[in-house]
Amino acid sequence: MNTELQRPERVTIILHSGDMDKVYSALIIGSGALAMGMEASIYFTFWGLQRLKKSGLEKGPLSKMHFLGLGKWMVKQRMKKANVTTLERLMRDFKELGGKVIACDMTMEIMGIRREDLREDWIDAYGAVGTYIQEARGSQITLFI
Amino acid sequence: MAEILVDCRGETCPVPLVETRKAIRQAQPGDVIVVIGTHPASREEIPMAVRALGLELLSVEGTETDWTIRIRR
Repeated sequence: MNTELQRPERVTIILHSGDMDKVYSALIIGSGALAMGMEASIYFTFWGLQRLKKSGLEKGPLSKMHFLGLGKWMVKQRMKKANVTTLERLMRDFKELGGKVIACDMTMEIMGIRREDLREDWIDAYGAVGTYIQEARGSQITLFI
Repeated sequence: MAEILVDCRGETCPVPLVETRKAIRQAQPGDVIVVIGTHPASREEIPMAVRALGLELLSVEGTETDWTIRIRR
């Protein structure tokens, strides 16, 4: 426990990438933190924000060796074989365990994304850098993915 | 006092940990959560989470790839 703030320990993640494998990293770390008794929030910004679009969560390319989708398809097959869960389920668990999803409003403006284009049921807040800094300054772990 | 079974056999990271946490949240104080699984790292990590949450780890039994963990809420 963080005795100074009387709040549980926190993980704050910036998800700048929209790559499938990196979205996995963010959601696995986030739900792992929640499972271990920490609070967790993920800031979806820039390419990461694209994953919050309706039916966009699973749409990201592979960060390396995407090969026009062939690489992603192959990795997906391997993941299926290894019984890795889906991003949809990870997000559901992340939310169920109290994880916070923050959408970057500047990215929305730049890319012309409206709230109704996003999975509003997942989003806890629309924020900017100040929201992140305020959250990160009291966090024990913060990551930029 | 109820006993809650969490069957994570065949599941991999982070599902056993997450499912354990979900069961703990639903349990009442005094309830026992029994987690069975096959994911080697979770055998080590679930006890870490139990300690971090300040709960009682009753037992860890079985092998790396076939284990049972008992937790008291």
